[in-house]
Amino acid sequence: MLYREAGDFKTSYVADNQTFPIRFDRIGYYVILGVAFLVVPLFITDYWANSIVVPFLIYTIAALGLNILIGYCGQLSLGTGAFMAVGAYGSYKLMTAFPELNIIFVIILAGFITAGVGVLFGLPSLRIKGFYLAVATLAAQFFLIWLFTRQGWFYNYSPTGMISAPTREVFGYPVTGPRASAVSMYMICLCFLVATAWLARNLTRGSLGRQWMAIRDMDIAAEIIGVNPLMAKLTAFAVSSFFIGISGALLFTVYLGAAEAGEAFGIDKSFLVLFMVIIGGLGSIFGAFAGAAFLIVGPVMLKLLLVNTLGWPTDMAAHLEIMIIGALIIVFLIAEPHGIAALWRTIKEKLRLWPFPY
Amino acid sequence: MPDTLLFAMEATLNGLTAGVMYALVALGFVLIFKASGIFNFAQGVLALFAALTLVGFQSGQIPFSHLINAIFGTRLHHFGWNMPTVLAIPATVLVMILLAILIERYILKHLVNQEPIILFMATIGLAYFLEGLGDVMWGAEVKALDVGLPKGMSSAVDEATFAWFGYGFYIDRLELWAAGIAAILVASLTIFSQYTKQGRALRAVADDHQAALSVGISLRFIWVLTWSIAGIVALVAGIMWGSKSGVQFSLSLIALKALPVLILGGFTSIPGAIVGGLIIGVGEKLFDFFMQPIIGGATENWFAYMLALVFLLFRPQGLFGERIIERV
Repeated sequence: MLYREAGDFKTSYVADNQTFPIRFDRIGYYVILGVAFLVVPLFITDYWANSIVVPFLIYTIAALGLNILIGYCGQLSLGTGAFMAVGAYGSYKLMTAFPELNIIFVIILAGFITAGVGVLFGLPSLRIKGFYLAVATLAAQFFLIWLFTRQGWFYNYSPTGMISAPTREVFGYPVTGPRASAVSMYMICLCFLVATAWLARNLTRGSLGRQWMAIRDMDIAAEIIGVNPLMAKLTAFAVSSFFIGISGALLFTVYLGAAEAGEAFGIDKSFLVLFMVIIGGLGSIFGAFAGAAFLIVGPVMLKLLLVNTLGWPTDMAAHLEIMIIGALIIVFLIAEPHGIAALWRTIKEKLRLWPFPY
Repeated sequence: MPDTLLFAMEATLNGLTAGVMYALVALGFVLIFKASGIFNFAQGVLALFAALTLVGFQSGQIPFSHLINAIFGTRLHHFGWNMPTVLAIPATVLVMILLAILIERYILKHLVNQEPIILFMATIGLAYFLEGLGDVMWGAEVKALDVGLPKGMSSAVDEATFAWFGYGFYIDRLELWAAGIAAILVASLTIFSQYTKQGRALRAVADDHQAALSVGISLRFIWVLTWSIAGIVALVAGIMWGSKSGVQFSLSLIALKALPVLILGGFTSIPGAIVGGLIIGVGEKLFDFFMQPIIGGATENWFAYMLALVFLLFRPQGLFGERIIERV
């Protein structure tokens, strides 16, 4: 009864090509946007912002980026953590070198720096693929983290080896540093998320996205029908790293405030984002949201249940969490390789016909 | 002889022994990759899990005691006896075989004919699951592993080198033992795969799945067999690493270095795994030795991966691997 499609015909190509072809979805989308921008800021508290909402927004950007690389272009990367670190350290260097520069431009520039580094480490993808490429991206992961922890220039020779974000303001509201309020943190992350999601959606359905998907489905065949693999793979690396860099910059400047490369951007971050993409759904924008939500909210719920309700020790809950995540990855790969997004699609197909399935 | 040269020689020797350790882990990867085309990311965690299980059996820990205590509020920890190493090792081998059967039944069987990259990601999931399972079963604290292998400086090497160069090299006896055990392991694996019926079946499956199926070789049995062997190799690697630096989570990170080892040696070659391990071991020690004054220490973290990256650009199949041919 949710979907009432009778009489919902498309009379032009524009109508046929829109992102949300079903009216109910379209209305739902605007309602969610409205709630996110107008209602949530009124009620958000520090606890909600810090434990769930802000990490969800930031990791969704990273998952969007990795999804472009893995889900759309078929290039496996295990260097996400290091690329987030490039975004974080890039924004730190920019913030300290140009104190006048607005934080929004700093974050976007950090994204561009990460895109450059991503292209550099994406170069081997022209010759190798699959898990060979995964090992090449591991090289990025370990080398970049070493660079950020051992070479003093990157952390401005601070004695602790940590980088910490100074206070920066947008329209007079501090968004980074200790004085930033939950609302301003939430709003800046939300704006970046909406912009990147819009960009990702429109890139993936355009010519570039089709090239990526052709490369993913069969690279040799794609090359024969005229897709330039050099351009397609390197643009995928660039766009993906751009998103991941923005997410890393936001994670450091807005959410963490202070970070140390080995701890905040280790290989476990790479896996976390990879799992978001797998569980959420490879090759789906909605999947990035679903996967990030699942892996951010899930552990918080599990901890609430086991530690706060049942009184189990914290480390036991953490180990069970790793076990459950690992098992879920396997279950999803076996039962539904396209993740939560595919489940959602199936539900939607059923709902559109309900209650008269024939 | 100038001191620098002597130090470099000592670094080389230490690198060789460290390389044997990498090669031990890489061996497990190669076995599984050859037999099933699966790039088993979980091999390192398998080694960790095997070592944890061995320590658990040795010290008579009750499996899942933390979990049981948390649920029922009891205070169980130990059975109160210590299992001798001679018994604990076969028991661990049994556990690894059981694990291989479970992995085949609940994961691999359902993923037949999937793309390699899906299988790869499934083994990443498996790695996480096993890591959590190991911690839940045996607790996460760092444990000392002692199976009676000799430790400490090898005085024979020290005296011999002192007599030759006037400077004694420091080499851990444990690492000499590891080299010997690795040699025995490779020899017995070669004999197994060349001269036994199951070994031949294994090679047949590695060569061509479908042809092997059509002459009546059970693919599922062979997979269980390979994963069991990989589990046993993991146990050996786990014992070596564990007695060297204690059984702890970082074991599985060190094992990640087997990946560049494989890139260098080639994914399908057992000698390649050994040679690759030695090259990486020596390379990172020498690189660290010469570059430390210039770019700072801890280059071991990334040298292996960067070497592999450079290698990938020029010779993707590795030193001994089969040439990668792509057909449309």
